[in-house]
Formats: sequence, structure tokens, C-alpha cells
Amino acid sequence: MEVIKIIKTDDTPSVTLDAQNDLFEISGRSLPEDVAAFYEPILDWLDRYSKKPNDKTVFNFKLVYFNTASSKLLLDILLKLEEIYEAGNDVLVRWHFPDDDEDMEEAGEEYADIVEIPFEQVSYPID
Amino acid sequence: MDSKIEIKEFLEFVYSFYKTMRDHQVVLVYEGVVTHQIIKAFTSLTETSMEAQMEAPSTLKRVFHVMVECLQNLSKHAEFIESDNTSLHRDGKGIFLLSKGSVNYTVTTGNAIGKEKIPSITTLLDHINSLDKDGLKELYKERIKEGRLSNKGGAGLGFIDVARKTGSELNYHFLPINDEYSFFVLSTEILRNN
Repeated sequence: MEVIKIIKTDDTPSVTLDAQNDLFEISGRSLPEDVAAFYEPILDWLDRYSKKPNDKTVFNFKLVYFNTASSKLLLDILLKLEEIYEAGNDVLVRWHFPDDDEDMEEAGEEYADIVEIPFEQVSYPID
Repeated sequence: MDSKIEIKEFLEFVYSFYKTMRDHQVVLVYEGVVTHQIIKAFTSLTETSMEAQMEAPSTLKRVFHVMVECLQNLSKHAEFIESDNTSLHRDGKGIFLLSKGSVNYTVTTGNAIGKEKIPSITTLLDHINSLDKDGLKELYKERIKEGRLSNKGGAGLGFIDVARKTGSELNYHFLPINDEYSFFVLSTEILRNN
């Protein structure tokens, strides 16, 4: 499968989707001008990946900020991962949050409540 | 009319405008079309100045959050009345104010809306204001699950998110412009955690 590699900007996150090297990560800030357009290629990629996923998919979310318009698209990503999991594949979501950011921690807990996938909260120290 | 008098009046207006801003502790004010570039510029300007003032990171994040949602509301929903008060079209124009008091920041937006929207906005804001932290969390989860992105790119979650991030009531007011349109003012406070 082709690799998706997007470098972050002020308002869009870094995205790496690389099935061959087992890299699945979204990190940074998400408040794109056009959320649907930004996330469309990512959701399309996951659609294709779900047809023939790896035995295990560890998906890392390491966001420092996302707006409410992005929150819906992040849920769409998680719902795709849920489909992959429900089809009998191993999936783990790792939700990283700065150790001083309760709101981001809570956002992870909420997503974990909504989708039925193994979910791990990981705090990291801020520099 | 004597143009010298007009100029003098304008210069006096500038001084009274300055004093009014100071009285209300307004640190940022904008009137016009809210674009994505404006949102980026204002939030980054505010971040830089809050960092310079050693504001707590949690306060900074919440102000950033609330500013983005409120400015996006304006850019997506604001309507504009022509100066003759007759025609209205959506153009994302409105007023935005950020004020800084000794205990809190206040984010305020104002924009024209068709009067027919008043009941639904009132119902939603009153409902949000009646909920506690857990109630807001449940409403947010409910909305995000059923939510589809509107054609304007909103997820219908903005007001709920603002209430959750501020932990305080959403103050709002509708001022009549004419028979058809009203001016919608929304104001929220973020406590400074210093």
C-alpha cells in the first residue's frame, strides 16, 4: 500500500500511515480550514487498508489541540479502526496526552467510551 | 459641513473609543469578515501575548479553544445587515472582542441573525446552561455520535465545547435590529488559573 506522510503546519497535524513499517500516527494541532478535505484522503486510505489490514495495528494519536469540527473526523477514523477490530484483527489505539493536559486526557476517555476498541492512555511529559 | 469639525469629532471619537476599550478591559477587538487567516492570526497573537504574560498553560489552552470555536461560529453563521437595514446575507461578518480582567478572560462575539433562528438558539443555549459537567459530557458524546458535518463544516458541537472548556454559563442576548433581524451577542468567561 502507498504511504501517507503529511508534515504538520500551524493548523494541520502530522500524519503517517505506513502499513509496511507498522506506522500509524496523527500528531500536532488540528483546526484545518476545510476539515472534510483534510481528512478525506486519510479516511479513504483506512478504507483500503481495512480490506487487508496487518495482523496488528497500533494507531497513535498524539494531538495537542483539535477543534470540534476535527473531533467528528477523529471519531470517523476511530470508527474505521473499530471495523478492522470487529473483523477479527488486533487493533490498539494509543492516545497520548501531555501530562498537564486534563482536557486532552478526558477527550481520550470519551473516545474510548464511544468506540469498542482496546484503548490505551499514555501521558508524556511536556518539555 | 465644515470638514475640520468632522475631523475633530473623529479624533475625539478615537479617544473615547480608546477609553471605552480600557474601561471594559478589551485587549483585542475586530469587526469584519472572519476568515481562517484571521482566526489563525488572532489565536497566535493571543497565545504569544499570554505566554509573555506568564499565563498558566491551562488558561492559555482554554482561551485558545474558546476563541477558535467562537470565531468559527462567526465565520460560518454570521449574517450581515446592509446599512439601510433591509437586506441580509451570510458573509461571516461580525464583531469579536477579547477582554482580560484580573480573574478572567472574556470572549464575546456579535453577529446579525434572522429572527426565526432565535427560538432554536435560545433552547440550545438554555439547555447547555442547565447542565452540569457530566451532563455536558453526555450531550457532547451524544452529539458527536449522531453528528454529521454540516455543509458549512460545523459539527454542531461548538457551543457545548465552549461551555465545557469555560465551566461557566454562556451569556447571550438578542437585540432587535428591525422586524426581521436581530443582533446576537454571546459572551463567555474563562477563569485565569494563576
